Amino acid sequence: MSTDNTLSRRGLFMKAGILFNGLAAMVLAVPIVRFLLSSVTRGRANRYLSWVSLGSVSQFPEGETRLATFRNPYVTPTDGKTADTACWVRRLAGDQFQIFAINCAHLGCPVRWFPQSSLFMCPCHGGAYYQDGSRASGPPERGLFEYPYKVQDGLVTIQAGELPTPGSPTAALLGKKPPCAA
Amino acid sequence: MRRLITNIGEWFDERLQLAAPIREVAEHPVPKSTASWWYVFGSAALVVFLLQLITGIMLALIYVPSASEAWNSLQSLNHDVALGWFIRALHGWGSNFMVAIVLIHMVQVFLFGAFKFPRELTWVVGIFLLLMTLGMAFTGQVLRFDQDAYWGLGIGASISSRVPLLGPATVKLMLGGPIIAGATLSRFFALHVFVIPGLLIAFVGLHLLMVIKLGINEWPMPGRLVKKATYENEYHKLTMKDGAPFVPYAIWKDLFFAAFILLAVAACAAYFGPFGPSGQPDPTIIQTAPRPDYFFLWLYAVLSFLPPSMETPALLIGPVIIIGALLLLPFLSGEGEKSWRRRPIAVLTISLVAVMLATFTHLAGYTPWSPEMNAWSGEPIPAKFLQHTTALERQGALVFQVKQCHNCHALDGKGGQRGPALDSVALQLTQDQLIRQVIQGGGNMPAYGKNLSPAETTALVAFLKTLHPAGLAPARDASRSLALGESEENSSAVGHSNQP
Repeated sequence: MSTDNTLSRRGLFMKAGILFNGLAAMVLAVPIVRFLLSSVTRGRANRYLSWVSLGSVSQFPEGETRLATFRNPYVTPTDGKTADTACWVRRLAGDQFQIFAINCAHLGCPVRWFPQSSLFMCPCHGGAYYQDGSRASGPPERGLFEYPYKVQDGLVTIQAGELPTPGSPTAALLGKKPPCAA
Repeated sequence: MRRLITNIGEWFDERLQLAAPIREVAEHPVPKSTASWWYVFGSAALVVFLLQLITGIMLALIYVPSASEAWNSLQSLNHDVALGWFIRALHGWGSNFMVAIVLIHMVQVFLFGAFKFPRELTWVVGIFLLLMTLGMAFTGQVLRFDQDAYWGLGIGASISSRVPLLGPATVKLMLGGPIIAGATLSRFFALHVFVIPGLLIAFVGLHLLMVIKLGINEWPMPGRLVKKATYENEYHKLTMKDGAPFVPYAIWKDLFFAAFILLAVAACAAYFGPFGPSGQPDPTIIQTAPRPDYFFLWLYAVLSFLPPSMETPALLIGPVIIIGALLLLPFLSGEGEKSWRRRPIAVLTISLVAVMLATFTHLAGYTPWSPEMNAWSGEPIPAKFLQHTTALERQGALVFQVKQCHNCHALDGKGGQRGPALDSVALQLTQDQLIRQVIQGGGNMPAYGKNLSPAETTALVAFLKTLHPAGLAPARDASRSLALGESEENSSAVGHSNQP
């Protein structure tokens, strides 16, 4: 047993052993971290989004706002009812629609439509929106999220698949004019 | 017989070598002043934590952490499994008690200056324990997978999405996918059942170890200042001169209080029963008003009062400041006076925080900021407001109901409280001001101009003008009759003919 600073044979082995374990940890950490982040990496470039049908145009009377439901395009076997999603469909005229997410732009609670006063009201913190989705009052910073939509073969389809939240990149997308409204 | 037991005990201890260290810990001297009813909250928190561990394991025997099955398995716990309801109630009430006791423990430690040298790290570990307790409370609320849990997750996602740059990634990491669904529940199950409890056990162990190694904080005497150079010596002398073995001198109070708390949890569980689950977690059922559990109600209230521009900064920076201040406290104030009698700012801080939390929690109990969704159809205008009114005014009362004004404005204490009560609105606003307010909105009221016909506005304002206490004249614009060149009596014709 040497007590000076020179590296002993056993000491070298121990350090090599630590290094070896560090290497093993790195080899294992890569797949573990990738697994952990899979829900993030998978969602890049809006890969969760796709077009879903809300039903035929005739279901939505002109000048009215109706509740529609759809099954989220991305589902897993244990999702149950949680993959069912609701949205508000406002048919202005003909093929002109506005399709609003059910989630309040404040903190995501489900907004309700009151046709008598033409307002969307949120039960959580009192956010209110006009019939065109713009902010009327309360804590929301912006209007309701809108889904991009298409009308094809008499069917209304929307581009959906992600929970609309104030900070999501799709929220910017959701605020835009629908591509075929022009 | 007795000899046999002793022999068996000795056989085990020869191999385990545990009796001596356990005896040493049990009999370590503590200052006599700490054998107080003020010193029982830490051990009570530990006992409730053990209750949570046991009842949690019981629930895991039946509970299915799957978004499609969780709600049904809770129903079967409540209704099919013998005493399943009671175990759920124990776990739910246990969590309420645990949050409350941990907070009381923290207040006591703060007011008694126990975070000062040399116990800074004990306090820091305690802050992590508090955060983990709140984490358990939130994840536990998610596992009760009902409508409140579903929309509560939506609120969590909406808040975390506001983090600059990392927001969207944080949301997907939190939800385990693009929406609140199966993967979300599974990961909250893993957090609630493996990750946070594992950390909690480790940190509780560390916390206790430090309490034993450093000694329990002595009863603070006003004027006896903590100095790093001398404190440890003084504490040692104190325990020698005026100390007593922890067991049994001090522990009997801990034992009594712990048993009392356990019985209180059991009594609440038996009397009030389990929490929920409320409606099924089906996002297409939108007739719901989600509310968090009671320990997050204050936050729910704060979120409705923050002005929109303040909200994101407050949500993101607020927690950092609060947690940072708590963590830094023992390092900024590690020496000096311990007694709350000589620390007025500490007492004021606690009082202020307590009053704030209590007020916000109370407000969240009746959510005055939220429209009352059914007032327009379910809450008629009291008859006294309609007596001796003209046909036009009654038509206005109808408009008031049909256009959902009642959802936000109360009459005679009934209806929404989002906007001001209108019982005496005619005293505050003149006819022109009423018309302007209805049509253009403002002050957090939507504009109804596009949504009311001129006739409806006329009728509505005519009704609003009747809303004043008997004997008090409604507000009027003295210059109006002059400007319009008409007499006072004629000016009651409302609305759109008011251009000269």
